[in-house]
Amino acid sequence: MQKAHDHKALWLVAPALLLVAFTAVIPLMTVVNYSVQDTFGNNQFFWVGAEWYREILRSDRFHAAFLRQIAFSATILAIEIPLGLAIALSMPKKGLGVSVCLVLMALPLLIPWNVVGTIWQIFARVDIGLLGHTLSGLGIDFNYTQNAGAAWVTLIIMDVWHWTSLVVLLCYAGLVAIPPAYYQAARIDGASRWAIFRYIELPKMSRVLLIAVLLRFMDSFMIYTEPFVVTGGGPGNATTFLSVDLVKMAIGQFDLGPAAAMSVIYFLIVILVSWAFYTIMTRDDFEQYRRSQ
Amino acid sequence: MDLSWMTWTAPTALFFGAIGTVLTLMAGLYFLRPNGAEPRPGLFFKLATTRGDRLFISLLGSAFIHLAWLGATGYDLKWAAAISLVYAAIVFRWG
Repeated sequence: MQKAHDHKALWLVAPALLLVAFTAVIPLMTVVNYSVQDTFGNNQFFWVGAEWYREILRSDRFHAAFLRQIAFSATILAIEIPLGLAIALSMPKKGLGVSVCLVLMALPLLIPWNVVGTIWQIFARVDIGLLGHTLSGLGIDFNYTQNAGAAWVTLIIMDVWHWTSLVVLLCYAGLVAIPPAYYQAARIDGASRWAIFRYIELPKMSRVLLIAVLLRFMDSFMIYTEPFVVTGGGPGNATTFLSVDLVKMAIGQFDLGPAAAMSVIYFLIVILVSWAFYTIMTRDDFEQYRRSQ
Repeated sequence: MDLSWMTWTAPTALFFGAIGTVLTLMAGLYFLRPNGAEPRPGLFFKLATTRGDRLFISLLGSAFIHLAWLGATGYDLKWAAAISLVYAAIVFRWG
């Protein structure tokens, strides 16, 4: 079958391209321009070439922030994806319970990031917060302003509370889209609950699961507001992720050149991971396309 | 139009100009030879790639080659550019 090439369709994406050019491409070009120059204020810039990139790539501070960011994203994914999947599997498929569960699941997603940060900053405090006070009462030394472990636990629980719902809703959408005929066939074959999950539900949900993984990875990899509000990157630099470090460098220290170089590196890492996920997600499409030829 | 706020330099203008030219050429090629826009299986991980995919993989890979070169060695970036060109040629031929 010869695929039709309709060039008119290209014009339909032109407005979106124009919008992206103004909101993303032009600012990105400016950041690249900043990344190869130094400024001493008064809007005067001096060419330094790749010096800022060299400095950032060899800086222990960048390596540490990058590793913290990777560790945070990996932990988030390891908790939120299985948990979201388990909740979606245990949610009712019909009746009043569906609406109740969906509303409950959607609630955390409606709360703005800075409000979530403020809620958890208060909730985890030892003096007035329910979580911090309770843990302290149980004899656990939980002080996220002084203890790095407590700060990490607070941020991870906060993110799990805020974003697991997204995974649940995506998985649930994938689950209810499975035609009942699959379940009927499995029942006739006497398939166990595990076999139904492994050979019907999981393959059918693979696409939404990958979208969930991609969204959660990108969001957690670029997280800024919540750790900034809860811990401010501390104690010490224990929760200084790439984004927090970047803002400190750009706005706190006004090191525009190094901050711009760091932004470009950060951007390239995000693009690489997005491309990897996109490639994995669309890999089967090519096989189907080839079979249709 | 005053573009001084973007703090343009000649090398960055050349860089973005080159990328813009390549994208324009690719768009022109799409109209002239639309078959190149069809995916074909490559040798690397059996990935199916279109001509645009191969350009993207070449550009992204070249960016990381330059970053790795900068981070690992103190030598001139011309070597990284040479490696990137070889890499791009391999991707376009076999990728």
